[in-house]
Amino acid sequence: MSEALITVALVWVAVSGTAVVLTRDPLRQAFTAGFFGLALAFLYLSLQAGDVALSQIVVGAIALPLIALLSLAKVRKDQE
Amino acid sequence: MSRRVRLMLFAVAAAGLAATLGVGLAGLPSFGAQITDYARMLNEMAPRQRHVTDVVSAITFDYRGIDTLFEEFILLAAVAGISVLLRPLSDEIRQLPRDKAPERSIPPPSPAVWLLAAFLSSLLVLTGLETVTHGTLTPGGGFQGGVILASALYVVYLGTNYVTVERFQPDALLEASDGVGASGYILIGLLGLLAGAHFLSNVVGLGATGSPISGGTIPLLNLVVGAEVAGGFAILASEFLDQTAVIRTRRR
Repeated sequence: MSEALITVALVWVAVSGTAVVLTRDPLRQAFTAGFFGLALAFLYLSLQAGDVALSQIVVGAIALPLIALLSLAKVRKDQE
Repeated sequence: MSRRVRLMLFAVAAAGLAATLGVGLAGLPSFGAQITDYARMLNEMAPRQRHVTDVVSAITFDYRGIDTLFEEFILLAAVAGISVLLRPLSDEIRQLPRDKAPERSIPPPSPAVWLLAAFLSSLLVLTGLETVTHGTLTPGGGFQGGVILASALYVVYLGTNYVTVERFQPDALLEASDGVGASGYILIGLLGLLAGAHFLSNVVGLGATGSPISGGTIPLLNLVVGAEVAGGFAILASEFLDQTAVIRTRRR
């Protein structure tokens, strides 16, 4: 059971990590990066590292996309 | 530098990286290998020595407490740096955007969105406090709980507008929370010296294993770290938000 879970998590990390690299538009990349962070958190959780998983969620799925989105909004406003 | 030379340089560098990385990776324990002796020792000792049920927090806040101290100050320095970097420059002013077409203004978010934001943010505050205060018992602690607390403010912004969220996050309070949290870590460390032991020694009563107040200085350190991280991340978000919402180049 746990091996199946770890396999799913690893495949999810590989797919979403590749998706981040292949996304060229920074706005969409902020979202794919958020999903990549979630995938990593799921991987850590499947390996029973609850503390690291929580840290990963708060940094990867909250802080990083938020700062990326606000920076993009600022750049876009300056271009207008 | 011609293309040929650059490719050759890359080939040499890539070969060097592959060789060192290969040697390093070959020395790793295989996936799913037995845990190390050090980890086994800590798993056995920490609940008895420090009366905690989450061994990770005993490591981060006690056995390796000094590492966490430096991490806290890295965060403090980063937040201070962002604040300096994102201040209004001499050719910029803080000004709320004025609506150029008042008769066609954007409708405010519906009351359902306000309700959702109020509900979600109160839930986030509760979850954040729970994560900060239960660091010794379950996964989580000051850092994770602090970010969750700060994210409650982001939700208020999503559901309302810039003026409302500014009322909820007075700059002075956020800065005080950030600074008091960081210095609190030092003060708790000094308790060890006052008691005649080493800096950051766990000198407070340990309490019963499994009760919310147990682990000596560990829950106290979680509290101050929670205050610092919550303040720091809220400052971070509000500085970036100011840049987007109100700071604009002065018109000539």
